Amino acid sequence: MLKNKVSVNKVPSALAIGIARGGLEVKQFMRQRESVVFTLAFPIMLLAIFGSVFTNELTDGVTFSQYFVAGMIASGLVNTGFQQLAIMIPVERDFGTLKRLRGTPMPASSYFIGKSIVVFVTMVIQVALLLIAGVLFFGVNLPTDPAKWFTFTWLIVLGSAASTALGIAFSVIPKSGRGASAVVSPVVIILQFFSGVFFVFTDLPGWMQQVAALFPLKWMTQGMRSVFLPDSFAAQEVAGTWETGRTFWIILAWLIAGLVISIKTFKWEQER
Amino acid sequence: MSSVISVRGLEKSYGSNKAVAGIDLTIEPGEIFALLGPNGAGKTTTVEILEGFRDRDGGEVSVLATDPGVKGEQARTWRNRIGVVLQSTSDAGDLSVYETVSHFAKYYSNPRDADEVIGAVGLTDKSAALIRTLSGGQRRRLDVALGIIGSPELLFLDEPTTGFDPEARRAFWALIQDLRKSGTTILLTTHYLDEAEALADRVAVINQGKIIEVATPALLGGRATSLATVSWKGANGLQSERTDNPTALIRKLTETYKEEIPELTVKRASLEDIYLEMIGGVGVEE
Repeated sequence: MLKNKVSVNKVPSALAIGIARGGLEVKQFMRQRESVVFTLAFPIMLLAIFGSVFTNELTDGVTFSQYFVAGMIASGLVNTGFQQLAIMIPVERDFGTLKRLRGTPMPASSYFIGKSIVVFVTMVIQVALLLIAGVLFFGVNLPTDPAKWFTFTWLIVLGSAASTALGIAFSVIPKSGRGASAVVSPVVIILQFFSGVFFVFTDLPGWMQQVAALFPLKWMTQGMRSVFLPDSFAAQEVAGTWETGRTFWIILAWLIAGLVISIKTFKWEQER
Repeated sequence: MSSVISVRGLEKSYGSNKAVAGIDLTIEPGEIFALLGPNGAGKTTTVEILEGFRDRDGGEVSVLATDPGVKGEQARTWRNRIGVVLQSTSDAGDLSVYETVSHFAKYYSNPRDADEVIGAVGLTDKSAALIRTLSGGQRRRLDVALGIIGSPELLFLDEPTTGFDPEARRAFWALIQDLRKSGTTILLTTHYLDEAEALADRVAVINQGKIIEVATPALLGGRATSLATVSWKGANGLQSERTDNPTALIRKLTETYKEEIPELTVKRASLEDIYLEMIGGVGVEE
């Protein structure tokens, strides 16, 4: 027979539950074979396509593939975080998954922590595969300067955190899980075009550059260029430098904005 | 305060529609309490206010000596002591039964053993199976497992056996009675009157946002003293008589027929008859 236990222990901390949720979310993600293949292989396919179409060098020693790898990693941050979550969370809301969680002692913050873990883990695997494929098949050169790897690391950590927070924040906008993709995907695709993922940023019209500068993807892309392109290339950026410090502050500001909006607006149920 | 749930003058409106119009309710420790009512009667709204899922417009509500509207850390401590089994949940189901139950155990301070809970809901054979391979009834039992994994003092069960076959329902009722023995207080909402009768210590009938009556299933709506209908096959075919003293009538019939009274039945109002009469006699259910 079932026995009731007397409550003596403290409720587990939000962080402990969040980490447990992260493990569970990663496990769930890995079991959805189609989305694993899509998430991990799609950036490599794009690299293959763009690398074959644009074979010219942008300047001495900088191939389009090299330029494009920076853009693909940055847009990977937006895809695995923002896009994935803004589509998946409304689905979880429709399924009643969130309402069930709401009935437990799990706080919303644990849910957010779990999401940021799965985004970060997915991102690390995606980037590793992209770089391996880039080096092996598309002549991508990896940086040798430790300072560049330092920039790379904080860009991935801060970028995936900001992207997660903004994905959760945006997840209140789609009215249903079914329609979410149609609301979210155009936002991402337009941002990718505006932010210099598919084209050289400085070739874009000025107004597009200015619009892009309001959003984090442009800064993530530029940050990644500072990692993968030689420093001499900085002269060709809009500002004439990599603007690394500004990049950090702008992504951080978006992270904070995303967090505040998420905490204020998060919905466990779709209102009828 | 010793009551598990105590509600005074609860009110909730959606626009101009008064969904809950002044409800009083007291539920004692260890009780199985069933809330009956047609759809749109205010049943779901009332339960969701008690579960802390909805705000109220007026009235006093105490659940385990806590206002369900609490926020933050206090809300977590409170939720640690209750279990909520909602109506439909339809996750994608890429996790196994065991993985899901043992994960939910991590949310609580004093969880039950995951294997023990899986056994209690009769899913031991399915422990390693992915949720998406489960039948509807098995998914429902998993919902219950997740509701009781935290050793709740109070369990909310919303339409727990919808879609069950009769055998599964009996097994489920045994599980609920087992939970009662462990001291869990249970608030049950159901559309099945026989379920309320089999499980509940007391039932409340709610209609148009108000509680019409609270009683034991046997006494609801004056059921125990209502007229009985005695039917038998007489000379002119099937005959029946409504009486408040069926025993006397049968005694008289035995004298007439000497041996077996043909096709004899004695029928009292079922809980369903009483219920339908109370809510206005019309089938307003979905």
